[in-house]
Amino acid sequence: MSTVTTDPHAHAEHEHHHGPAKGLKRWLYTTNHKDIGTLYLLFALTMFFIGGAMAMVIRAELFQPGLQIVEPNFFNQMTTVHGLIMVFGAVMPAFTGLANWLIPMMIGAPDMALPRMNNWSFWILPFAFSILLLSLFMEGGGPSFGWTFYAPLSTTYSNDSTALFVFSVHIMGISSIMGAINVIVTIMNLRAPGMTYMKMPLFVWTWFITAYLLIAVMPVLAGAVTMVLTDKYFGTSFFDAAGGGDPVLFQHIFWFFGHPEVYIMILPAFGIISAIVPTFARKPLFGYASMVYATASIALLSFLVWAHHMFTTGMPVFAELFFMYCTMLIAVPTGVKVFNWVATMWRGAMTFEVPMMFALAFIVLFTIGGFSGLMLAITPADFQYHDTYFVVAHFHYVLVTGAIFSIMAAAYYWLPKWTGHMYDETLGQWHFWCSLISVNVLFFPMHFVGLAGMPRRIPDYALQFADFNALISIGGFAFGLSQLLFVALVVKCIKGGKKATAQVWEGAEGLEWTIASPAPYHSFTTPPEIK
Amino acid sequence: MAKTSYLCWSLLTFLLAFSTQSAEMPLNMTQGVTEISQQVYSLHMKIFYICCAIGVAVFGVMFWSIIHHRKSKGVAPAQFHESTKVELLWTALPVVILILMAIPATQTLIAMEDTSEADVTILITGSQWKWHYKYMDHKVEYYSLLATPRKQIENKLKKGENYLLEVDRPLVIPTGKKVRFLVTSDDVIHSWWVPAFAVKKDANPGFINEAWTKVDYPGIYRGQCAELCGKDHGFMPVVVIAKEQADFDQWIAQEAATQAAAKEEEQKLLSMNMSKEELMALGEKTYMGYCAACHQPTGMGIPGVFPALKGSKMALEDLPAHIDIVLNGKTGTAMQAFGKQLSLSEIAAVVTYERNAWDNNTGDLVQAADIAKAQKP
Repeated sequence: MSTVTTDPHAHAEHEHHHGPAKGLKRWLYTTNHKDIGTLYLLFALTMFFIGGAMAMVIRAELFQPGLQIVEPNFFNQMTTVHGLIMVFGAVMPAFTGLANWLIPMMIGAPDMALPRMNNWSFWILPFAFSILLLSLFMEGGGPSFGWTFYAPLSTTYSNDSTALFVFSVHIMGISSIMGAINVIVTIMNLRAPGMTYMKMPLFVWTWFITAYLLIAVMPVLAGAVTMVLTDKYFGTSFFDAAGGGDPVLFQHIFWFFGHPEVYIMILPAFGIISAIVPTFARKPLFGYASMVYATASIALLSFLVWAHHMFTTGMPVFAELFFMYCTMLIAVPTGVKVFNWVATMWRGAMTFEVPMMFALAFIVLFTIGGFSGLMLAITPADFQYHDTYFVVAHFHYVLVTGAIFSIMAAAYYWLPKWTGHMYDETLGQWHFWCSLISVNVLFFPMHFVGLAGMPRRIPDYALQFADFNALISIGGFAFGLSQLLFVALVVKCIKGGKKATAQVWEGAEGLEWTIASPAPYHSFTTPPEIK
Repeated sequence: MAKTSYLCWSLLTFLLAFSTQSAEMPLNMTQGVTEISQQVYSLHMKIFYICCAIGVAVFGVMFWSIIHHRKSKGVAPAQFHESTKVELLWTALPVVILILMAIPATQTLIAMEDTSEADVTILITGSQWKWHYKYMDHKVEYYSLLATPRKQIENKLKKGENYLLEVDRPLVIPTGKKVRFLVTSDDVIHSWWVPAFAVKKDANPGFINEAWTKVDYPGIYRGQCAELCGKDHGFMPVVVIAKEQADFDQWIAQEAATQAAAKEEEQKLLSMNMSKEELMALGEKTYMGYCAACHQPTGMGIPGVFPALKGSKMALEDLPAHIDIVLNGKTGTAMQAFGKQLSLSEIAAVVTYERNAWDNNTGDLVQAADIAKAQKP
């Protein structure tokens, strides 16, 4: 921060402070929030394709009944690593990348508050995922116990790749915690004068709350993996009844992390949608304050619902009731958000560029995921839904058409600001429509397959499920291929295109739209005035 | 347009080509065959209809807005951005709906968890990858294994009607009686699930869970393990036959007699020696049923996960250790104790088989009496 100066002439004289370094060094040593944001986003995109390739293996095996492409042991590795990569490698880093790019520009700060830590929290990620991916090539393969790594399957009954899995999760956790600290410190300290908390854009607000969730639960995950490690290698019995432990204790610890984790993956999405809908409706966001309160209530409730993932584990009936009621309650603040978005559109003057299309799809499809979530909350019905494809459909609706669609929407919305060029609208619309149709062919039939009784995480299935699985696989391949359009579009947009104006979108409001496109390497070196 | 419809048709034809090979799939949750399962179904439909109604209302407003409030229609955007009244309404209304939904859900849940005053009690034990049933009021217990032939799974034979949902020995329960299930596990967590009863209960090692059912109609009901339990999680189905009380009584009496006779027979066998051919035949059958899932039909195991038996030191040299590990398992690994799962002659046969199959050729013959000797501490 010491280089920041208020004298405009000093800027010109010290130009070398302000442009990026050249070559690889720029990316390795960078402490610039825009560079680090870009790194995070590209990393997330890479992981999205690696995790997606694993999903293709899964769908290829499930295309027809019988075992034809992979062995059950490898199939389990694919489901496990697909989940880990998508959660920790794709969705979370993508949101952190967006936070890096956008939070300083949205609050009028010159950079993140802790730029060197920012560099570190990104650069340990490639190591974490290299370790995880390389473990697949060990004798006996990589982790195969599901991304939820329930003990004792992950302790006594796992192979030695578990040690690498534990180490890589630790690194991911450290990265997330550092990223979260950075977000909180930045928001608390670097807001431009006049930018009170209740004037912050909702993306900043949702990330602020998300960062607290991360700091609260990532250490719990670290504890869980460490206990798995010591149970497996150092003779402890946290999760082994023979030594006085309890395998269900693992699930309590895991889901105490795991449930807030799913909100970590959706709260920033709420912020994105709350930015995009008003822009393209050309009308202010409806119920700003209630959006903030709803986000905070969802975050608080997220600590009280973890055991709804465990209704079949044999909990006392009063515990089942408590977790059922708390889970149902989450529908209230979530509903408020959806109602607010719809009210924002009401009597607006809408246009339907790609970011808005993804945002609209998000609202409908995320809500469908919310509905199935509400159904899953009903404990007696959950006994039938639990661990079937109905659950798989549910969480892919909230994570793919929820989190991923919001990230896509964000990418289209801010790409012109990042690159200085408008993206190719036709190609973007193609990407949107292909994704929208294929994602529903992929995930919607899973509801039916699950209700008909197909368990999740199985490499082969009874004949009655064959038609639907073939259809689902076709949807899966189509969705995977559609994403290549996105890569082509991004490459094209970086290379050139129509020059973007500073405001980019007619209805866009907020500090990031007051600076030039592409955003200069250093922005808001002097804080802006907030009215 | 013509192009699109052509695409649709070709996709449809393509799908129909697949649909010829398989059975009809229901599109909804089963109503099941118990009072509880019907209550669960009605809860499921209730919450589903509520979701549909909310969805139609919310998306209806949204699409109305999308159609009418678009810039291309030349509308000027309104500027309102809050309304305490409306916001309170759409916070309070969902709460009321949720309370209305929670009441029947609570009632059903409490009924489901009341396992008292059962007529029949059955201990269900999961292990990798089979179920064990023990009738607590009778001297009857047995393992229930997947009956689908390996060749069907490997696509070398046409798949049967109940592919992957068939077992060698189903669980048998009486109709019209409250049957209590005690559910536990010998190794990892499994989950015993029969959709028609709306019973899904995790089998946790070291702990016993309870569930119950009262089946109204005789019939065959099929389910599967629902909790990821390792490599062959997809291959441990549950099959339950519900019989009228009289038929059940007859079945259980006969089963008890058969099991008692088998135990006597086993004692007699101790003094008899089986020939190599007999041992190898029985050994191969037992190996394929109990051992091949991990050690593989080839005896090669899966490197890094399950050890090979072919050419292994234990199978070639150390006979006492070989018998011991089959009888007692190896703690801290997936190797189970087969002493309580198999008969003495089956263990003798399987050890003989492992020492002579796949070019192991030790020539060792192990007899039931040898196993009995090793069993005594």
